[in-house]
Amino acid sequence: MIAIPAPHLEIDVLVLGVAILLFETFAAKIDKKIFAYAGIIGLTLVLIATFFLAPGPAPQEASGFWNFYTADALSIFFKRFMLVTTIVVVVMMIDYAPALRKADASTSANLGEFFSLPLLTCAGLMYLVSAIDFIFIFVSLELVTISFFVLVSFPRRNPIALEAGVKYLILGALSAAFLVYGITWIFGVTGETNLARITASFASGKIDNHAAAFGAVLVLVGLGFKIAAVPFQMWVPDVYQGAPTPVTAFLSVGSKAAGFVVLLRVLQPFLMLPNMQRLVVLIALLTVVYGNLAALPQNNLKRLLGYSSIAHAGYLLIAVACFDGRAVTFYLAAYLLMTLLSFAILTIVEQQTGEEISGFDGLAKRAPFLAFAMLVAMASLAGLPFTAGFFGKFLIFVSAIAQKQTALVAVGIVTVACGFYYYLKVVRAMYWQPSTNNNTIPVSVLSRAIMILLIIATIVFGVYPQPILNALKH
Amino acid sequence: MLLFLVLCPIAAAILIIAGAPARFTALVAAILNFVVALILLSRFDQVAAGFQFVSSFAVSTDWRIHFAFGVDGLSLLMLLLSTIVTFAAVWFTGKIDNYERAFYACLLFISAGAIGAFTSVDLFFFYAFHELALVPTFLLIGIWGTGNRVRAAWKITIYLALGSFILLIGLILLYQSVPPPERTFDIRELRDSIAVHPITASDQRHIYLLLLLGFGILISLFPFHSWAPEAYASAPPPAAMLHAGVLKKFGLYGLLRLATPMLPEGAHYWMYLLVILLLGNIIYIGLVTIAQKQLDWMLGYSSVMHMGYIFLGIASANVLGTTGAAALIFAHGLSIALLFAIAGEIRSRTGTLEFSELGGLAKVMPFAGLAFGFAAFAAIGLPGFANFASEIMIFFGAIRNGWEMQRLHIFQIATVLALWGVVISTVYMLRAYRSTFMGAMNERWEKLVDLGSGLRIPVALLIAGLLWFGFFPQTLVQMVMPTFRTYFTVTK
Repeated sequence: MIAIPAPHLEIDVLVLGVAILLFETFAAKIDKKIFAYAGIIGLTLVLIATFFLAPGPAPQEASGFWNFYTADALSIFFKRFMLVTTIVVVVMMIDYAPALRKADASTSANLGEFFSLPLLTCAGLMYLVSAIDFIFIFVSLELVTISFFVLVSFPRRNPIALEAGVKYLILGALSAAFLVYGITWIFGVTGETNLARITASFASGKIDNHAAAFGAVLVLVGLGFKIAAVPFQMWVPDVYQGAPTPVTAFLSVGSKAAGFVVLLRVLQPFLMLPNMQRLVVLIALLTVVYGNLAALPQNNLKRLLGYSSIAHAGYLLIAVACFDGRAVTFYLAAYLLMTLLSFAILTIVEQQTGEEISGFDGLAKRAPFLAFAMLVAMASLAGLPFTAGFFGKFLIFVSAIAQKQTALVAVGIVTVACGFYYYLKVVRAMYWQPSTNNNTIPVSVLSRAIMILLIIATIVFGVYPQPILNALKH
Repeated sequence: MLLFLVLCPIAAAILIIAGAPARFTALVAAILNFVVALILLSRFDQVAAGFQFVSSFAVSTDWRIHFAFGVDGLSLLMLLLSTIVTFAAVWFTGKIDNYERAFYACLLFISAGAIGAFTSVDLFFFYAFHELALVPTFLLIGIWGTGNRVRAAWKITIYLALGSFILLIGLILLYQSVPPPERTFDIRELRDSIAVHPITASDQRHIYLLLLLGFGILISLFPFHSWAPEAYASAPPPAAMLHAGVLKKFGLYGLLRLATPMLPEGAHYWMYLLVILLLGNIIYIGLVTIAQKQLDWMLGYSSVMHMGYIFLGIASANVLGTTGAAALIFAHGLSIALLFAIAGEIRSRTGTLEFSELGGLAKVMPFAGLAFGFAAFAAIGLPGFANFASEIMIFFGAIRNGWEMQRLHIFQIATVLALWGVVISTVYMLRAYRSTFMGAMNERWEKLVDLGSGLRIPVALLIAGLLWFGFFPQTLVQMVMPTFRTYFTVTK
């Protein structure tokens, strides 16, 4: 039996990304899509490698690098999660490349960068889900954020993308400042940056609770930007709309999931501080209400998905407030499937008829397969049974009810009903409305295969969720 | 067997989308299902009370969710109703202009959802299968509906989604009401463990209220009824048949399956509220029905009104009343399906269902007139039809409830008022019959043709069902009685 040490995974991904970047510089003449395929194959190999990992040292005897880095079940699950996300995003980028070329002849030369940057982001995300030390959390977060700065404003001749890039840059820097400031306060109170030792220090009762709580709130603010929780969500709609669609998908799945994993890890010590749970409940309430209400009037599908990602962050925060890591994990897995599926379809359809919901009019006539795939994605996002999205909501409601969070449950029900309206609006456009043109939409074999896999996974995990629940156990 | 019943419509729907001939495949699936349901009926042991033909697959060991199916008398009755109405609805589907495949696929998905919900032994799938029908209903009304279809489709979808999620909270609370090691979604085990560890009275009240609210929205309990007439008036006839005849009964089935046996004290506590609301259904909606000027709206309102009687049977909380409720679910399902089918046929010929435009149609469409007459008389509750037998049981059951406590209990008053409901439904049904089929005929309709001989088969089947159980109600009662007998010996 081969056993690969867990830290090798990230190194492999980094090497792959850098190698592609170097090749691109020296072999300027070849078709850039080869780099994308190389990236997909490399990431798939790493994904397979995650099933042959050597166990890391036990937490008590951790030393050296293992003080910062853990290879527990949660982190390994999310490493796979990030790899799958990146693979799908790169596939979407191949579909998106013509749009990039059309927009600006000169950027087409940079397609190699467009395909290699997600790999570097992926390495950062994989580090982030393993990080158990504030310093390491901050460093890997910056790796993720900086590569996103480039990706968001990649179509650099497009003013909307530039606006999105600047907004993301400024607010990203601001949130990083909050995070660092919070970390210094906590370090000042406890003298530690390792989460386990901070927990022990909080539990000892010899610390200044107010100072620690202040630091914790600052850290939550910093993370709130990452997961797009209200009131730190204002960058989301504009950045989501302006960024290239595959990057939007990457932001809304990868970056958000990593934020939630870090949140789960830091909340373990933080929940010992006074009023912390109440604060999380309050943020969760605001987030579900804002996300769902703001999504209702949207006519631009990308913006709609942006607001819906805020709404989903709200449901996830409900589970976080009940401290149910299993529900958070399952919901994120379901969220990955349905969000990537809808963005993959959007990437293809928007190149023909634009990203407004009206661009989907009569899609069932033009492209029955894409319309059906979108139907599954929307049903799952709305939370209809037999889809993974429903089981995720189900787990969240189970834990909220078990914790007697009546307010969260009541608000949750109303907002779920809201969600039905705006998700079915897309279904209505596809099936009720007459089509404006009758061109069929070509779908590449690779994208079609990925979409079929996502559809099957959405339905299978909606009926048989046990594999995901098991993945967290050992 | 049961797994086949659930998967057959889904498989047929997938085949149709993939390219099989739509009408033929759908009909074969519907007939197969009907035959299998009859075979189940013939092999069913009528004396035993528990679930039979159980097949079960573990889905989540952590949460003890099983993909499990089984039937007892009550589910078998619902199963029979679903398969008959599915068969009739598929048969009555006329020519569809656009997306023909999707139309049949939607019908079959609704049917699969109903069958799955009625035969599921697991709370999770009991809920999940009902929701399976939500999007098909939205599409059916939205794409092929008439009138103000956009409004109707949104209204029914948002209402039902909200109701379902309230219901989901109630079901989760029910699941969490037993001590943690015994928590399970298996309805049978849940009942057993509730019998050992009874739920406290205050918990029962909360859960029952949530279930009543959730199921009530799905059943169109007054005052949550406003989605129903609008949706049924707009829906294409086969969709209205399936939804009003079968799917809406899910809520009633749920109350009988879960709330009555597991939450008797909760039911007792909210009895007064329920009685007042159901009188709203019978009297208020009854009067609203009389005021309707269009046949489809009138039928939609009448289906809301008749839910009141079934609620009365459920509220009476004794074997007689609940048996009557179950029987009326079946009888009403058949009669309303037939009424919607005939109304749909009239609309497809005349293009209107305004009473003022119609009239004298019996001259050109004698068979349709006959069939509508049968269904209308059944809906009124004339002796000889299954509806009469069921309503009698409900009234006797309701009168008996509380008789020991005091002579003029609220139930006696409610029953007397509900009896007036029969008069109300006589008024609107006969008026509808007169203004549609009798009187002077508009010369525009002289060229109309009657129902073809092909369409007479499902009509005959529905009427036969109504008459058979009208003359031999005992066959039906014997089927469901054992189930209800265990309810009231376990709890009292």
